[in-house]
Amino acid sequence: MKMSGAEILIKSLKKEGVRHIFGYPGGVVLNIFDVLYDEKDVELILTRHEQGAVHAADGYARASGKVGVAIVTSGPGATNTVTGIATASMDSIPLVVFSGQVPTLLIGNDAFQEADIVGITRPCTKHNYLVKDIKDLAGTVKEAFHVASTGRPGPVLIDLPKDVTAGTTEFKWPGDVSIRSYNPTYHGNKWMIKQAAQMITKAKKPVIMAGGGVILSGASKELKELAEITKTPVTMTLMGLGSFPGTHKLSMGMLGMHGTYYANNAVQNSDLLIGIGVRFDDRVTGKTSAFAPYAKIIQIDIDPTSIRKNVRVDLPVVGDVKNVLIDIIKAMKEQKSQWGAVRNAWIKQIDKWKKEKPLSYKFDKNIIKPEFVVEKIYEVSKGKAIICTEVGQNQMWAAQFYKYDNPRKWLSSGGLGTMGYGFPAAIGAQIACPDKLVFDIAGDGSIQMNIQELATAVINKLPVKVAILNNGFLGMVRQWQELFFKERYSHTRLGVVPDFVKVAEAYGAVGLRAVKPDEVEPVLKEALKIKDKPVFMDFVVDWKEKVYPMVPAGAAIDEMIFEEEEKKPEKKLKAVK
Amino acid sequence: MRHTISVLVENKFGVLSRISGLFSGRGFNIESLSVGETIDPAVSLMTIVTSGDDRIVEQITKQLNKLIDAIKVIDFINIDHVEREMILVKIAPKKNDKTEVLKLAEIFRGRIVDSGASTFTVQITGNESKIQAFIELIKPYGIKEFVRTGKVAIAREGIKKTK
Ligand SMILES: Cc1ncc(C[n+]2csc(CCOP(=O)(O)OP(=O)(O)O)c2C)c(N)n1
Repeated sequence: MKMSGAEILIKSLKKEGVRHIFGYPGGVVLNIFDVLYDEKDVELILTRHEQGAVHAADGYARASGKVGVAIVTSGPGATNTVTGIATASMDSIPLVVFSGQVPTLLIGNDAFQEADIVGITRPCTKHNYLVKDIKDLAGTVKEAFHVASTGRPGPVLIDLPKDVTAGTTEFKWPGDVSIRSYNPTYHGNKWMIKQAAQMITKAKKPVIMAGGGVILSGASKELKELAEITKTPVTMTLMGLGSFPGTHKLSMGMLGMHGTYYANNAVQNSDLLIGIGVRFDDRVTGKTSAFAPYAKIIQIDIDPTSIRKNVRVDLPVVGDVKNVLIDIIKAMKEQKSQWGAVRNAWIKQIDKWKKEKPLSYKFDKNIIKPEFVVEKIYEVSKGKAIICTEVGQNQMWAAQFYKYDNPRKWLSSGGLGTMGYGFPAAIGAQIACPDKLVFDIAGDGSIQMNIQELATAVINKLPVKVAILNNGFLGMVRQWQELFFKERYSHTRLGVVPDFVKVAEAYGAVGLRAVKPDEVEPVLKEALKIKDKPVFMDFVVDWKEKVYPMVPAGAAIDEMIFEEEEKKPEKKLKAVK
Repeated sequence: MRHTISVLVENKFGVLSRISGLFSGRGFNIESLSVGETIDPAVSLMTIVTSGDDRIVEQITKQLNKLIDAIKVIDFINIDHVEREMILVKIAPKKNDKTEVLKLAEIFRGRIVDSGASTFTVQITGNESKIQAFIELIKPYGIKEFVRTGKVAIAREGIKKTK
């Protein structure tokens, strides 16, 4: 039986187990939307901006572990997806994005709403396709899902000319996907694994540094086992939060630019650093030449290009993190060493650092400190919420003051640092996990970048809780201006910030506000009661608050500035130049 | 250090821009690039000459390998191989230099592939040093036009060895 390209597309999506698509219509995707009109098994969630659609698909993917799907029209619809795709690409999130395209015969003619989206997204997709022949459609969809979700995951774009979705042909679903030029390495080299086990056994001051790769590979259980049997303290990158329980006694929290004193010190004093599913981004390493100076470095990653890209690596193990950890644990058990005694002094040292300078802020009973809001969110949600964030100070406080005990509970744009990510991502996460509590911890700047998605949340009755840490500034940039540009607040004071309570109400959502610390908890509790619509909580916070500790750009990660030193950071800054 | 890298790729549209985009997007340098179909028309071979320290070249080969359309990547640095490049040079010598130029071309086993009223076009094939030497010697006689193919390379059979 012949089917239209649009029908083939939707049938292919069903074969891939897709239940939800985020999208926005337009001329060249009318055929697809027409098929969706009667479709029962696949639901399209109409966002209010294509960027929102891609971030929502991304949030859906991060929260569920499935591939996120978005469909948009050609030209401006397609170009609006670029930020979302680049965000997913930097964080290795599996997405398949379908863009409409002008009919094949018009491609290249500067036709109405034509954009070379395959060219535009080439550097920010894992791979992309232009389907020129309807006969290739089903196979391309299958291949795209395979590429997006295997190896190091990432976004894939498929450009669909109008005549391909409008044409007809037989539906043929291919068997297995086999791409001769794409064969990720899933198992670590045996010799390397043995070496790794020996290095871990010998180390006196080891540190595990866990990243997003642990979450993508589903290796949290193995990571915990390795840390526990070898008594190795664990620090996490921003992307790795939740890969290891934040409340575990071996957890040192996040490292890097706004990492904890103890995590950064531990890395800098370690004799073995085991990087698992990390890419040693500059926000983590600080000055690379001074990074982990006494440590041998083991790096475990499925992507060979991540290895030795930024820092020297003594032992690379290419493979899927989960498989490699299983093999290392096996090798460790065979060695039957007694790590406990060897590691005691090291654990003691780290505990001392933890006591010396824990993450802290000065509570004030008259003005709301943003850290206090995050702590309260942790309390009222009992640590069980899915936390999405925007970018800036809000993101760092959410990383520092909420403890993530499970993977896929922390959704944040780590690599690209995309303001406007959190709210649509929260919408996607809420659709993927309707029974979970979903928060977006936001800044008053970032939330305005995709505030239109309030409509999406309202119409879909999504009880997403948006906690706006309203400081009236582009806070993180202001922090840098205060510390490094003599408090010259060039264009970071927002001046006009809308009344978020009224904005929420205008969209049919609920708006709440807290201006005093003792109002924070009641507002949160009120918000938790609302089950059928989104809530904006406007927390009017101390605009002067800064994120600490802080490693200035270009300094080594143990050259941190702390709050109590904020009056005289120059001394430290000079020292690191 | 200069490296000659062969990349076997799927002969699909857009592949060349994936490769060149990879270089430009990461600030890697392409000194020469030549592309052609292989015996299998579904596969093309690209020969890329690039330079950089070990770390950069390691990244280049890994990134090339990572491209979904790249089937095989070979860095010839530690492989015994033959390299060739061809140039076509249009020379406009003064009248009394003509024989000199022809003689030079002959020494380099060049072929005269075209001649006009006052010009010769010489074809030279060889490795880099031979080509370079010819260019240096012929320059004083007046090069009017100059094209080169970019390098191609192939491994020697039987005696592959690492340095
Ligand atoms: C799309 C985008 N534009 C610009 C930036 C640069 N930037 C990083 S943090 C920041 C300020 C964010 O302000 P706000 O959302 O109010 O959060 P705060 O830092 O105050 O918590 C800016 C402008 C960015 N990360 N993303």
